Amino acid sequence: MSKLPYEVQTEPVTPLSVLSLEGEVVNPDFMPELTDEQLKEVMYRMVFTRTWDERAVNLGRQGRLGFYAPVSGQEASMVGSEYALNKDDFICPGYRDMPQLVWHGLPLYQAFLYSRGHQHGGQIPQDVHVLMPQIIIGAQILHATGVAMAFKKKNEKRVAITYTGDGGSSEGDFYEGLNFAGVYKLPVIYAVQNNGYAITTPFAKQTAALSIAHKAVAAGVHGVQVDGMDVLAVIKAVREAAERGRNGEGATLIEILTYRFRPHSMADDTTKYRTKEEEAEWALKDPLVRFGKFLEKKGLWTEEDTNRVKEEAKATVNEHIKKAEAAEKMTVVGLIDSMFETTPQHLEEQKADFQ
Amino acid sequence: MAQMNMLEAIRDAMRIELKRDSNVLIFGEDVGKVGGVFRVTEGLQEEFGEDRVFDTPLAESAIAGMAVGMGTQGFRPIAEIQFVGFIYEALDQMFVQAARMRYRSGGRYNAPIVFRTPFGGGVKAAELHTDSLEGLAVQTPGIKVIIPSNPYDAKGLMISAIRDNDPVFFMEHLNLYRAFKADVPEGEYTVEIGKANVVREGSDVTIISYGMMVHTAVKAAEELEKTGVKAEVIDLRTLLPLDIDTIVASIQKTNRAIVVQEAQKTSGVAAEVIAQINEKAILHLEAPVLRVAGPDTVYPFAQIEDAWLPSAARISAAVQKVMNF
Repeated sequence: MSKLPYEVQTEPVTPLSVLSLEGEVVNPDFMPELTDEQLKEVMYRMVFTRTWDERAVNLGRQGRLGFYAPVSGQEASMVGSEYALNKDDFICPGYRDMPQLVWHGLPLYQAFLYSRGHQHGGQIPQDVHVLMPQIIIGAQILHATGVAMAFKKKNEKRVAITYTGDGGSSEGDFYEGLNFAGVYKLPVIYAVQNNGYAITTPFAKQTAALSIAHKAVAAGVHGVQVDGMDVLAVIKAVREAAERGRNGEGATLIEILTYRFRPHSMADDTTKYRTKEEEAEWALKDPLVRFGKFLEKKGLWTEEDTNRVKEEAKATVNEHIKKAEAAEKMTVVGLIDSMFETTPQHLEEQKADFQ
Repeated sequence: MAQMNMLEAIRDAMRIELKRDSNVLIFGEDVGKVGGVFRVTEGLQEEFGEDRVFDTPLAESAIAGMAVGMGTQGFRPIAEIQFVGFIYEALDQMFVQAARMRYRSGGRYNAPIVFRTPFGGGVKAAELHTDSLEGLAVQTPGIKVIIPSNPYDAKGLMISAIRDNDPVFFMEHLNLYRAFKADVPEGEYTVEIGKANVVREGSDVTIISYGMMVHTAVKAAEELEKTGVKAEVIDLRTLLPLDIDTIVASIQKTNRAIVVQEAQKTSGVAAEVIAQINEKAILHLEAPVLRVAGPDTVYPFAQIEDAWLPSAARISAAVQKVMNF
C-alpha cells in the first residue's frame, strides 16, 4: 500500500554485487576497472590476509600476541575497500581493521607490536596515512569526519575512510559524524562492516531500520549497500564513494554485508550465539573461493598460486613476529615522557619511582 | 595598554592567534554570526570568514571529535563547548581521544586543541551551566587544565593554550566574563602554563585558590587584615600542571594554609594541593591545611546557590581556625 504524502517513503535496497557464488560476472555494469595484474594483486592480498589471520590466532594461543580480533570472512571487505583508495587517503580504523592498515603501509611487525601492547605499534610511519586502531566503538567516525574537514579546508583531493561494525552504527558518534558530514559535504566514507553480530548481539537486535545503509537518508548523505563477500563489488562501491568525495559531492555511507568466520576475539565462543547451519551457509560465500573461481576461469590464478602465497605469508608473518618479539621493551619512564610534548615537573618527579 | 574585561581579553587572544597562524580555527554551537551565547567570539567570523570561524550542528561529541581529527592534520582547533555541563556529551573525545593521542601514537600524532567552556556559579543560570568540573579533567592523564581569574591572565594563558601542542581544557568563569575591566597589553604576550601567581602578599597564612574564588579570597584577606592577620593569596591559574613550588615557597614563609575551591569538597583540586603540600612542606606547617569548598551535593538550583558557594565569611572562619590551631 502506498504511503500518504506526509509519510516518509523508504524502499528496501538490493546489495551491489558483481560475481555469483560460482565466480561468474552477473552484473557486468558494476565491474570495476582492474588490470589482470591488479586482479591478481587483490587475490594475493586476500590469501595473504587469510593466512596471516590463521597464524595470528595460533600466535595468540601461544601467548605471542595479545588482543587480536580475527578477520577471516571479511577479507573482501577489508582488502577491497583499502585497494580502492589512493595512498594518501586516510584511514580511521576500528579494532578489527588491521589488514587495511597493513595494506595501506603499516609494517606488519608494528601490527603485532600493537597486539602485544607495545607503544611502537601505534607509531605510524610518517608516509602512512592512518590512525591507530580505535577501541571505543564509533569514536573513530568523528576523527574521520575531522580529517575530511581538514582535507576540504586545505583543498586537497583526498578522502578519509572510517570503519565500524553493525554495532557501531548504533552509537551516538555514528549519527553525529554522519550528520556533520552531511552539513559540511565532507570527503569521507563511512564503511560499516555488517558482519551480523556485535560480539554476540545479532543484527536484528541492533536496529529496526530497513538497513544500515538507510541511515544515510537521515543525514542527507549518499548511502549504498554492498555484498561484502564479493571483493569486486566492494572495490566498485568504495571507488565510487572516493570519487564522490574527491569531486566535492560529499560523504557516502557504505554498508558492507559480511561475516566473520571466527569468533569476535580470542575470548569469544560463537557456538553460544550462532548456529552451525548459519555458519555453513556463509562459508559457501567465502570471498576467497568466489573471487578465486573468477580468476581461475580467466586463467589468472591456480591452486599453486594460493599455496605459494600461503607459504610466503607464513614466512613473512614469522619474520615480523620475530621482529616484534625482539623490540626493545617499553619503560614506565618512556611512557611518562609520551604524555606531553614537554614532561611537566610533577611527572618528572614521578619517574623517580621507576628508575 | 587597553582596558578589557575577561571576555574581551579572551577574544583578543583568539583574534591575535587567528591572525598569526592560519591553522587556528574556531568552531562550536552559535560561535559564528552572533559570537557565541556570551559573545566571546563576537566579530571573529566577520573578520576571519566562515572558513576559520564557524557554527556546528548541535552535537558536542562531534565538535570535540572533529577537533581531534583535524588536529592530526595540522590544524589547531579552538572548540567551544557551549556550557560546562555539555562536556559530559564530549568526555570520550576530550578526555580519551584528545588526551591520549600523543601516547597512543607514540608521539606520531598530537591533539593541539583548546576546549573552551564557560562554567562557574553565582549567575542564576540554568541547571548544568555552572558546575565546576575541573576535577574530572585534572584526573585525566594527558590534558592541561586552565582557569583564569582576570583579563590579563586570561589573554596570556589563552595565547599559551592555543600555541600548546597538547590539549588544553580552558574553563572560563561566567561570573568573571564582564565583572571588571583591567589593564591588558595590546598585541601578543603569554602567561606561562603551570605558573601560579601571588596576587596578594602576606606573612601569616596562605590562601590558595583559582578562578572566581581568588576574588572571594582577596575579599576575605582584606577583612582579615583588619583583625591583624596578613593573608597571602595565591591564584593557581593552571590546575594541571600545578605550580607546587610557588605554594611551598609561600608556606615556608607563612606556615599555614587553606585551599578554596568552588567545586565540591571531596577528591578535588584542593585535596590534591593539600596532598602535595603534605609531600613537600609538612615540616613547615603549624596547622593542618583546611579546605573551603562546596558541599558534596549536586550544584544547587539558583535559589540557594549563593548560600552554597564558598563565601568570604567561610574563608575567614577557616583562616581563623588554622591561625588558632
